[in-house]
Order: sequence, then C-alpha cells, then structure tokens
Amino acid sequence: MSEQPSASPLRASSSAFLDGLRAALGSVFFYVLLGNYVGIGALSYEFGFDLGWMVLSTLLIWAAPAQVILISTLGTATLIEVAIAVTLSSVRFLPMVAALLPMLKHERTRQRDLVLPMHFTAISVWVEGMRLLPAVATERRAAFYNGLGAGLISSAVIASAVGYYLAAKLPPLAAATLLFLTPMALLMSVSRNSRTLLDGLAFGLGLVVGPVVAAQKIGLDLMWTGLIAGTAAYVVHRLREAMR
Amino acid sequence: MSFAMEPYLALLLLGFLPSEIWRWLGVMVGRGLDEDSEIILWVRAVATALVAAVVARIVLIPPGALATVPLEVRLAALGIGFLAFLLVRRSAFVGVLVGEAVLVGGVLAFGG
Repeated sequence: MSEQPSASPLRASSSAFLDGLRAALGSVFFYVLLGNYVGIGALSYEFGFDLGWMVLSTLLIWAAPAQVILISTLGTATLIEVAIAVTLSSVRFLPMVAALLPMLKHERTRQRDLVLPMHFTAISVWVEGMRLLPAVATERRAAFYNGLGAGLISSAVIASAVGYYLAAKLPPLAAATLLFLTPMALLMSVSRNSRTLLDGLAFGLGLVVGPVVAAQKIGLDLMWTGLIAGTAAYVVHRLREAMR
Repeated sequence: MSFAMEPYLALLLLGFLPSEIWRWLGVMVGRGLDEDSEIILWVRAVATALVAAVVARIVLIPPGALATVPLEVRLAALGIGFLAFLLVRRSAFVGVLVGEAVLVGGVLAFGG
C-alpha cells in the first residue's frame, strides 16, 4: 500500500506523505502492530485460512479486534452472530472519524481526498494522527495522515505474513506477550496525548465503566461505555469551564 | 476446517462491510463540524472512553494464549507498566517493556 494521494500540487503532498511515513516508523504503534499482527497471522493459520485471505483481511478490515473475531468465529458461529460481533467491535470508528475530519479538512478538500484517510483510520493511526496533526499545516494533513496509515498498515501486513509462517513454532507464553502488547501500548499512547483533563478523565472513566457495563451483559458494551464515560468526562469539563 | 460461507465472500460481507460502514457514518456525522466545537470535544471524549473499554476488555476477557496468563498477573503487568511509564519521563517504550517483563516474570513465577 503505497498509493500517492491525488491532491495537487503533487510534490508538496508527496513530501507530506513521506513525512507521515517517517512518523509511522517512529511510532510506538509500528512495533506494537508488528507484535500484534504476528499473533493475528498465527491465529489465521491455525483456523485454516490461506495467506492471501489474511493479507486481504488486514487491508480491507484494518481493525485488529474485528479481524480476531472474524478469524476465530467464522468456522463455528452462525453468520449472523459473526456479522453482529464484527459490527459492534467497529462502532468506535464512527466517533473517531467524526473527530478526525475537522482536522483534515480545509476549503479545497474534495470528498475523494477523504476516502483513504477514512479507510486508514484504526485505533493506532487515529491516536498518532490526533497527536501529530496539530503540528502539521492544514493543507498537508490529509497526505501526512495517508503516509502514517500506509506505513502502519504495511507493518501489519508484513508482520501477519511472518506470524502465519511462525504459527507452528510460537510457544504459548510468547504468543501471550504479543497479545498483551495491544492494551499496553493503547494505555501509554492515549495517556501521552492526554494533555487536557477531558481526554485523561474520559480514558480513566472508560477503564472503570467498561468492565461494569460488560458485566451487565446488555450487549453493545463498548458503545455504552463510550457514551457513559465520555459524556461524564465532558460534563466535568463543562462544569470546570463554568466555574472559571 | 470447513466454512458455512465462501471465505472471501465472508471477508467482504462479514468483515469489511460491518467495519467500513462506521467509517462512512463517521464522515456523515463529522461533515461541517469545527475542530474545537463543543460537540467535537464531546465526540472525542466518547471515542477515548471507547478505546479505554477495549483496553479493559482485552485485559479482563483476553483472547487465545493471553487467557493462559492468570488475571492477577495481567492486572499487575498493566499497573506496574503504567507506573514505570509515569516515572520514566512518560516513555511508552519503557512502560511496554516493564509491563511485558512483569507478564513473563509473573507467568514463570506463578505458572500459567
């Protein structure tokens, strides 16, 4: 995946794309995705998918939780169960894309310039994008974000292919450490970005509210957690602003 | 293993479509919003809390091989890793490294 963004002027946008690619190589998520997708590659080998299918699933779905669900349930669960589980696991993309778009857009942005950035949006790319984009000039942001996305998706594709071949040899403890990389890196990266009380509070509340909501077994627990904890954090933020 | 649906068709209908639909809906919701508007601040908080819920879920209801690690070891690894991150100049690399070391050490010491 090294598609050049089509926006003109071409030279300016390809230099922004390369800056994004460099940012991907320097991101902690580059290494996290390597580890995490080695695990996903191993998983798809064990569940009997071919290598081409697995690579395509990374390029098209580009959401580790959704891929893990699809890979591990397609052979056993009913099709409607699989579809619902994948749909629920990806709800987070709606608020992410909605929060990202205003950062990418400027007066000359065309609808098709947003197709790639939208598709590249996954937790890793989004977290790094929200952290790095404010320092990038507005008209270079979409190309920068595409570079970031292309770099991170490439690392995932390569790692998953390696994992696919390593599958037979990976001992359980090694596989466990690879799977543990995802929550660890998310925790640190989001904390590193939380310069405002609002973000930090939303994350902290989400950690506590998430398991409580999940225990109610009402379904859609990721969405409910986001709404409850995110809104509570926002209300606290508004109250503090009002008291100033 | 046999699949109830042709795997490539399932990838498109049960994998790609259910994920991509939310990205498209995000574009519709996000259109015409200002980056510092109150609604975007709220949406960001909701998305951030959602990511936190994913972290909690992976640690509490872990997939595959991670489930062989005892819950206490998983929680200790996350907590001590985060502490190391805070103490060492908010370095994510140090935090991840310490957390993983606690995970491996915990399994070797207390069994998995």
